[in-house]
Amino acid sequence: MPLSLSDPTWYPIASSEDLPFRHVYQGQLLGRELAVWRADDGNVNVWENRCLHRGVRLSIGINEGQELKCQYHGWRYANQSAGCTYIPAHPADAPSRRIENRKYPVREAFGLIWSAANDDQPFAPFDGAQGEDWFPLRPMPVDAAPEDVVAGLARLAPDDQPADLLPGMAVRLGAAVFFVQPVDAGRAVIRGLLAGQPHDAMAALRHHNETLTKLRDRLERAAARKPAPEPLQPVFEKVSAELSTMPDIAVPRGNTITVVVKRKWKSAEGVIGFELADRDGRYLPTFQPGAHIDVHLPNGLVRQYSLTNGPGDLNSYVIGVKQESASKGGSKVLVETVREGDVLAISEPRNNFPLRRDATRTVLIAGGIGITPLLSMARFLDKSSLKYELHYFTRQSERLAFSSELDVLHGSIDRHVGLGREAITAKVAEVLGPYQFANHVYICGPGTMLEMVQQTASALGWPDEAIHFEYFQNDKVIDASSAFDVELARSAMTLHVPAGRTILETMREAGLTVPSSCEQGACGTCLTGVIEGEVDHQDVYLNKTEKASNTCIMTCVSRAKGPRLVLDI
Amino acid sequence: MPKAPDPITRDLWHVVAATNELPIGQIETTLLLDRRIALTRGIDGEPVAWLATGEENGDEIDSETVLDRLPVRTAYGYTWTCLGTPSAELFPIPEFAEPDRVNMSCGSIGIHVSAPRAVENFLDMGHFPYVHTDILGSEPHTEVKEYDVEVSEERDEVLATKCKFMQPRAAKSATTAMEVEYVYRVPHPFCSVLYKSCPEDESRRDVIGIFLQPMTEETCRAHLLQSMIDSTSTITDLRRFQQTIFGQDKPILENQYPKKLPLDPRSETPIRADKSAIAYRRWLSQKGITYGVIPQAS
Repeated sequence: MPLSLSDPTWYPIASSEDLPFRHVYQGQLLGRELAVWRADDGNVNVWENRCLHRGVRLSIGINEGQELKCQYHGWRYANQSAGCTYIPAHPADAPSRRIENRKYPVREAFGLIWSAANDDQPFAPFDGAQGEDWFPLRPMPVDAAPEDVVAGLARLAPDDQPADLLPGMAVRLGAAVFFVQPVDAGRAVIRGLLAGQPHDAMAALRHHNETLTKLRDRLERAAARKPAPEPLQPVFEKVSAELSTMPDIAVPRGNTITVVVKRKWKSAEGVIGFELADRDGRYLPTFQPGAHIDVHLPNGLVRQYSLTNGPGDLNSYVIGVKQESASKGGSKVLVETVREGDVLAISEPRNNFPLRRDATRTVLIAGGIGITPLLSMARFLDKSSLKYELHYFTRQSERLAFSSELDVLHGSIDRHVGLGREAITAKVAEVLGPYQFANHVYICGPGTMLEMVQQTASALGWPDEAIHFEYFQNDKVIDASSAFDVELARSAMTLHVPAGRTILETMREAGLTVPSSCEQGACGTCLTGVIEGEVDHQDVYLNKTEKASNTCIMTCVSRAKGPRLVLDI
Repeated sequence: MPKAPDPITRDLWHVVAATNELPIGQIETTLLLDRRIALTRGIDGEPVAWLATGEENGDEIDSETVLDRLPVRTAYGYTWTCLGTPSAELFPIPEFAEPDRVNMSCGSIGIHVSAPRAVENFLDMGHFPYVHTDILGSEPHTEVKEYDVEVSEERDEVLATKCKFMQPRAAKSATTAMEVEYVYRVPHPFCSVLYKSCPEDESRRDVIGIFLQPMTEETCRAHLLQSMIDSTSTITDLRRFQQTIFGQDKPILENQYPKKLPLDPRSETPIRADKSAIAYRRWLSQKGITYGVIPQAS
């Protein structure tokens, strides 16, 4: 039977020992080249051997532990999801589009790495695999058609003990099972497993290697006498239409994911940790350092929480929630009523707090629960061996959260406990020092602290673009006194927004379905494109440049400066 | 059997050799658009080219005896020929004629990739810190700032201006990173010219040209031209510098798949930094070039 590009059979494509940590192995199955690499957490990734950006082989890339870095332009792809987390040419942007490399199913079993051309069949161990301790033999590459190699293996059997042909190009010969990896139409690799651990491993390896070498020589001599089969012609799948263009600002999606609370624990006084995982044990979507998720709470509220995870860590998301006595039903519900095993809806991760990895100096300043996004940033910088300083301010030492996570980092971590306001300001000034080229500071903490650090940094000559922060709450007083018309270009509708009503409310009253979340201009869910008219921005979501561009608006709080606004909705 | 080149490609002038490296009275053979070409120089130093008919490298020949010749011209130190009807003049590089410049050919390097892939790599700044580490760029300075790209109707070329990049050692005398400014021209489907701020004279620019000889659809030779204002470096230094740069590009280019440049916008994922490459791909598409590219399915 000729080989098919869509053959769903699982084949071994490498030995486990081909994948030491921090290495990328180049494999091939059914004509397709594969980049195979093991992450520091042990997970094995089998990806199409081609970066989506410019087609360079990923097998010449760098395994950074939890991310693979392309050699050509340094794009980083996350363990498990193969999602792009960083594009160095645009260090200030969070890659907003979902750029994901093609990946193949993978299973590690019996000392071999198994993969298939597609997900059509679940992995099933070969007949008789269970209950045996298998010893992997040295692989033997053969330049011959895979079906001829199977036939050649079967002929090795003695006459009185015919070979047992197993499904999926496998042959059982006594105590050994040989699998033929169809590399291409004219190439194969024989991968053998021996039942039980041999007394003399070297002798067993040598014995089988000699047998297979002789078989290879016979098969290759026979193959040379036949016309070479036409190589398989795998095609590279096209990227989505969305990826083929370059949007200025991506409008976030409203997708939600259902997760289960896998673990809930007290991380420190007043800080509760939540570990959220996919219900079926699949990995969660790719995120970037500084990203947050919206958590839909049982009482209908939606709150934003930063992820604390490190690179390529997609088995679960870990967030930290502040236990506030004065909280009005937001975090309070999570802390008091949500228990382990409960199911929650969350948004896909979004990033309004991107981390540049092109700094000569990175300073991370956390106040209280503000440690969460900075822990994620520190973990990413740590894996890439980039230098950083993390300063963590709390009122009492019992309130220092995520201590064990911070303890394993290699950067400079300073905890500052119980300082008064003036002492904190003095410490921040001392830590920052005068601004120097390519220095960046990231702040997360209470509003008063954000303002203090911004002012202190500005006074020391730090430009705005070097000071990074994120608001989760809009503490500004919203001025809703204006009245104006909004023209909805795509809906062909003109609405009047009176004083005291928001654009969002007015649109909903007119029967439009418009996504929103925080409704205080902080989360970015209601982001809408502006075609005409000047925007009176009152949100804390858009940055200065985005506001100045006058191309988008948060309809939950922002308004028109003039009598009319044309929106792309 | 390779397919015949498209008429635009067939009628272009193509670079085939550094003129002063062609032996006088001896044959050198090379490939152009899948055809074997024989080259030599007469005693007058003028290059002669013809379609090879079994000639071997190093055979002795009197160029006078070659009757069925291909058109040839010498420009920018290189010999150019054409397998069709050469219509257009070769693109201008006016700086080449300035008397105080050091003009030199810096070698010809074979690359197992299509010529358009090599042009695109020449236009690309994002790879400097990763491929030309500590020469043309270095981490952590990886940002490609906004620049301007236009396709000049009048000159029929792609022009990228205000291209800026932070370079660790833009000049031999530099001790700290400094931002350099580039202008890129693509005046020929397989040639590009770069203008780079000149350390010796702020009012002038060093010129580096890359001329790709499309040998087959998936292989090419890169011929390099430098036209520099540099009174201190030796020619050996300057050549070594360019050969180091191309030696670094070669293994990356040879690991690029597919080897032909895909013109369908959905075949790869561009970012803002790739504006010039996108303009170049569109320009090739509009011209109707199909050699060395995967044309967009219509």
